[in-house]
Amino acid sequence: MEWISLISIWLIPLLIVFILLYGTAKKVPTYETFVEGAKEGFGMAISIIPYLVGMLVAISVFRASGAMDFLINLLKPALQAIGIPTEIVPLAFIRPISGTGALGMTSDLIATYGPDSFIGRLASTMQGSTDTTFYVLTVYFGAVGIKKMGDALKVGLLADLVGIIASIIIVTLVFGSM
Amino acid sequence: MVNIIWMAMLIIGIIFAAINGKMDAVNEAIFKGAQDAVTICIGLISILVFWLGLMRIAQASGLLEGLAKLMKPMATRIFPEVPSNHPAMGYILSNMTANLFGLGNAATPMGIKAMEQLKVLNGNKDSASRSMITLLAINTASITLIPTTVISIRMNYGSVNPTEIVGTTLMATACSTFAAIMIDRFFYYRRLKKGRDL
Repeated sequence: MEWISLISIWLIPLLIVFILLYGTAKKVPTYETFVEGAKEGFGMAISIIPYLVGMLVAISVFRASGAMDFLINLLKPALQAIGIPTEIVPLAFIRPISGTGALGMTSDLIATYGPDSFIGRLASTMQGSTDTTFYVLTVYFGAVGIKKMGDALKVGLLADLVGIIASIIIVTLVFGSM
Repeated sequence: MVNIIWMAMLIIGIIFAAINGKMDAVNEAIFKGAQDAVTICIGLISILVFWLGLMRIAQASGLLEGLAKLMKPMATRIFPEVPSNHPAMGYILSNMTANLFGLGNAATPMGIKAMEQLKVLNGNKDSASRSMITLLAINTASITLIPTTVISIRMNYGSVNPTEIVGTTLMATACSTFAAIMIDRFFYYRRLKKGRDL
């Protein structure tokens, strides 16, 4: 499986070479065009700050107060009853909410149970298969100033739920149960 | 919806802290959360500046248009409201391609550019259009071919086969992406039925 790490190292540099050569072939003044487009990036990052500050403060208050743990403990028995291993429940909850939180929790689960255990494989699959919904929502909509989000959050969270359930089923099918 | 969730997280958190006697942790969390947010945004500057510069070259040379043409049959089905020759389509497809290859850092600027173009298509309104919600749904489910971060964590903890989860991840991510598109459709048709214009 060495080709996978090869791809991840080579892909970006190759993409850059390709875009630059293609641009040059089409007589685009590459450096000037680059600078012109790049100027946008600064303002874009700055415009996201208020949205992300609001969201991250609310999320970290919710976690630090113990409300998050309370919610998880409340739902644990029900989830256990349908065959979801308790160890994974906190990760399933934190994954849509906090990217760094989920990464920390995945590392912790892998460290505790071992990367090749059922929990380790399940945590790895869950971590890799979804993105942080709240973050994506905040950054994408924040950058262009969308205030009314419609059903976006509902759709994102429901898809996360499907992803988590799918992870459990697939890991059980492929690697066997715990 | 977002207003309610945001408010609820803060109010419930503070009430819980009062009950649990964790008010000092909440005070710390407020400053830490705000600081993290700014750190993330500042960190994003470098990535946004570089990729948006490069993407401008791709756009000027017609590369984005080419990509949009190539993926047209699939894309017009997922995004029926976006004209296939519109710049939004090129950005949407670059965003999806970057996600597919796990180039999360490169995907974000393209996603934002796509949103920008979709906003133009939507008459610059400050509410999310159907296509915007679809793009967001696809991004939160983020179809991934190679989950590099997870593989490196597994390597660090001495896995016998760090990449064995590539297959399960791909299957799970395909399920969630498909579900995202279907759920998005479901809500869209429900909105239509109710006669709301959003």
